[in-house]
Order: sequence, then structure tokens, then C-alpha cells
Amino acid sequence: MELKRINDYTWEIPKTGDMKVPALIYTSAKLLESVRRDMTLKQAKNVACLRGIQRKSYVMPDAHQGYGFPIGGVAAFDIDEGIISPGGVGYDINCGVRLLRTDYTERDIHERRQQLLGEIFREVPAGVGKGGITRLSRNVLLDVCTKGAEWAVENGYGTREDLQRTEESGRMKGADPSHLSPRAVERGIPQLGTLGAGNHFLEIQKVSEIYDEQVSRVFGIQSVGQILVMIHCGSRGLGHQVASDYIRLMENKFGTRGLPDRELINAPIHSQLGQQYYKSMSAAVNYAFANRQMIVHWVRNVFAKVMGSSEGMNQVYDVCHNVAKFEKHRIDGKDKEVCIHRKGATRSFGPGREEIPEVYRSVGQPVIIPGSMGTASYILVGTSEAEQLSFGSTAHGAGRVMSRHEALRRFRGEQIKQEMETRGIELKSTSWKGVAEEASQAYKDVDEVVNVSHKAGIGKLAAKVTPIGVMKG
Amino acid sequence: MERYRFLRHTADAKFQAFGTTLEEAFVNAALATASLMWDWQKIEKKIEHRVEVRGKDLKQLLSSFLEEIIYLLDSKMFLLGSPENLRIGKKGSLYVLNAFFKGDQYSDKYKIHGDVKAITYNEMEIEKNAHFMVQVVVDV
Repeated sequence: MELKRINDYTWEIPKTGDMKVPALIYTSAKLLESVRRDMTLKQAKNVACLRGIQRKSYVMPDAHQGYGFPIGGVAAFDIDEGIISPGGVGYDINCGVRLLRTDYTERDIHERRQQLLGEIFREVPAGVGKGGITRLSRNVLLDVCTKGAEWAVENGYGTREDLQRTEESGRMKGADPSHLSPRAVERGIPQLGTLGAGNHFLEIQKVSEIYDEQVSRVFGIQSVGQILVMIHCGSRGLGHQVASDYIRLMENKFGTRGLPDRELINAPIHSQLGQQYYKSMSAAVNYAFANRQMIVHWVRNVFAKVMGSSEGMNQVYDVCHNVAKFEKHRIDGKDKEVCIHRKGATRSFGPGREEIPEVYRSVGQPVIIPGSMGTASYILVGTSEAEQLSFGSTAHGAGRVMSRHEALRRFRGEQIKQEMETRGIELKSTSWKGVAEEASQAYKDVDEVVNVSHKAGIGKLAAKVTPIGVMKG
Repeated sequence: MERYRFLRHTADAKFQAFGTTLEEAFVNAALATASLMWDWQKIEKKIEHRVEVRGKDLKQLLSSFLEEIIYLLDSKMFLLGSPENLRIGKKGSLYVLNAFFKGDQYSDKYKIHGDVKAITYNEMEIEKNAHFMVQVVVDV
């Protein structure tokens, strides 16, 4: 495939054949090697062929092969001519990351870190087949899907301030759970307030480096050694079912002929089915916001119990990295509303955007990029340039390079735990096999991923954090 | 004939399942899917769920069929031990699959070692040569 180097961190697939726009890849020579080995670039090209696509089909630095759209794919569509696609959001709708700050330092918690992690492991349900704490009624579940994190706060989980520091204030206004299938609801009921499994995790972290003091201070990150808590999870079975349901409904309505990949199935934004998908997806987004809001509450309770206080444990931010949204962007010199799909990509709006909470509006949006198990994670800040470069989007994590099967063949969960312990990292998991599958060697180098984001200007480095305690779902 | 085999895939799980009939290949695809989450050979056959799915083509039928496994896990904590009496037929232009899922309710005696989020169409193949082969990538 022809690939044109624009600069050290940007490559382009020129427009050919059915492509309506070029594809642009933010990467480095090193990361490009693994991207070229799988279907990522072909998938970015396929996205560039979709109706109503604006500017370019973008690929983030942590990209890898997905289904339909690549993971790490960003595309915006014209509201009148364009489409909305479940494959452009992904199965785990509103998979996202929430970050809590604390006033504790590494030294404060050192003696009690095992206890902290152990208590969190007991309080936060995780793993496959583990239900949440309460059996909800159908009506309550629909309420959760309408109100999102607001529902959680109204029911005693967390504070109003948390809502202000959550993307969409923790509630997608367009949600309408009446379009959810009975199956989506049935899968959602037992799983509210659970971490899940796979790559989902909860980490106690310490700040290990501050790159931008001024920005970090605004985010509540003051000093090296400060303790933070990061939560990575999504909408569980409810979100997965919404994706599967609407892929099937769209195929039955529009057929699959002419699609280079069946998972690229889509509907015109204004069609009835397109609207129903958007409303159902938004309901799943809200479920995930509520999910993370409940988990945060339990984490605070554990700190209060073990450390004596949870004061100062304010939320830094909550980002969703699998979502479709309506946003205004400047295209060809005009402000235009588009339907933007971010699949494995984090919004990275720069200063001034009204979507950003007031407390952060002068510096830009916090961007939270989790690393792989046992490696560093990063806090970045959105930039104004990103709006021109990538519709205000950057990476969402490290991105896999090795199959789970291969990881299982090469690594053992028990060994990984031991190796992490020698580096001062505690690990708790529901499954050794799961630990082996998530071995950090199976992922891209997150340091390189964030470096590309920083150099390309789509998200600037603010701080680096490293894990002390890891709970894997 | 081996029942199923896993292949390389960067992020997800990809398998091929085999059978002398299409039905047998579907049964083995179900076992391959279950094997990503639990050891289906160890599940006692205490509970039975009747499964009926439809599809406008065989791929949609396969994807809907495999989705039953995760749906029953998430909503009813049911662990599949074996799909039995699986039949595939046609009703008008639609394919219809009927089967009985035998298995057990999740409890502490069982170990779950992985998650399957969804069945995808990515690289899905249904082939008939000397025998039947179905290839599936699942989102894990």
C-alpha cells in the first residue's frame, strides 16, 4: 500500500479508488512497523470510502486492527449526507477511563497498600460471571441509562462535583433506553457496578514525573509521589448487545452488498434506524458513566476505612474512548456540526471549548491514557491544534501487538505477578490466565505512543504515573 | 477430526471449527467460544435452555447462535457444557436453528478464565470442502 511520509509523526494514504478522502496516520517509524503487519491501514482506507466522511480518515498512534473501523480510528460525518456506524464505536460502548486524585503520598500509603488493594478487590465486583451488588428492577435500569452518572450521584454514589468533571457531565442527553432490546436490558441488570474482565483494570498509582507543572496543577496533580487511582471499564454486556443488535438490524434493513467488510454496516444519520442506534448507544454510554461512578464511590469508601479519610479524593476527569457524538468543528473555514466516531480514541479538546468543564477551560481537556498492565500511564492535555489535526482526538492506550493466544503460550500469570512484585507493584486478579493475556509485552510501548501524540501536537504530555497496586478484572 | 483450532489475531480470538455436517461445525464453534471462558468439558449438564435463532444468511445465523452463549452467561449465569440436537433448516428466506444448551448455573466450583464480549463478522468464513469449516473472530 502506498504510504506518503508527511513528517516524522504523520503518514498519509493518498486518496485512490473509492476513497472519498485520504487517510492520515499519526505514528512513528517504530510504531508503523506493527501497524503495517495487520489490517489497520486497509481498515482506515475502508473508512475513507464511507458516505459523507469529512476531511480525512484518521488513525491514532496506538492503532491496531479492529472490525470494520480500526481500533484507534477517528472519522467525522456530514449530518445530512453522512452515516453512523456501530462498528465505528465498537462493542464496548463508552469504554473509558476515570482518574481520581488524592492528598496522599507514596510514603503515606506504603505500609497499607496491600490492605488497600485487598479491600478494593473485595468491594469492587470483577471478573466474568460476577454480578453487581444489587439486583435492579427493569425500571431502575432504564433510569440509569437515561441519567447516567447523575443517577448514581442521586443514589448516594459520589458527588455533584464528580459530574462536572466527567465528559458530557456524565449524561448523554440524547439517550433513549426505550430503543434497547430486552436482551440488552437483561444483560445490563446483573452487571451494573462491575469492573468486568479482559483489559479492564483498577490501579493505585503514584505520580512519577511532571512535564507541565502549570497544567498538572490545574488538574489537581501537584507533586511526584502523589497517589492517584485510575479506573478503566465500560458498559459491559449491555453495550456489547446494543452493538450486536444494531449491526443485525442495519444489515437486515440496508443489506451488506458492496461493503468491503460486513462490520462497516451503517445507517444514514437521519434515518430512523440511525437515530435509534444513536439513542441506544447514548443509553449504553450512560450505563458506563454510572458504572464508573459507583466504582469511584467504593474506592473512596475503602480509602476512608483503611487510611482514615477520603478527603481530597476529587475526580480529575472521566473520558470515554468508544463513542459517537455530535460536535462542532471548523471545516473549510466554516463551523459545522458533524457526527464524530472515536473508536479507541480519546477526545483532546484544547482551551476554550465549551464542552470542557469550566475549571479546565483555560488549559484544555485532561486526556487520560492508560498503559498496559504494570507499565506507566499518562495524563495529557488537549490542544487547539488537535481540532484541526484530528477533530480533537488522540490515543486511548497502548494498543495490542500480540494475540492473547500467543501471550498465553509465552507467559505465565504467576510469573508476571512475581516480576511485578520485585518492581514494587502489587497485583490482584480474578484469573491467572487473564493476567498472562494482558502481559505488557503483548502491547505497544505506551511511552512511544504518548510521545507521538505530543510531537504530532494532538495531545501534550502533562504527567506520568506508575502503578503501585493493580486490580485486574 | 479435531473439533476446533485457534489462530493468530492481534487483539481478539480467532478460531476455525470443523464438522462432517454444518450442524457439527456449528456445535464445535459453540464449544470453541465457550472454551475461551470456561472448560466446557467440566460443566455438569444439569440445566437445559432451548435455543432458537434466525438469520437472513448462514453468517448471521452463526453469529446469532454463538451470541446465545454470552447472552445466557450475562443474564442467567448459565455455563454451556454442550449444545445438543442442533438442527438447521429454512423457513421462507430465513435460516432457522434449533438446539438445546445443556450446562449448569455458575457457582464457585467452576472457574471462569476469560471474557467474550461479542461475536463479530470480521474474517468470518463458512466453507464446505471435504468437510465443513466455520471461522470466527470474537471480541474478547
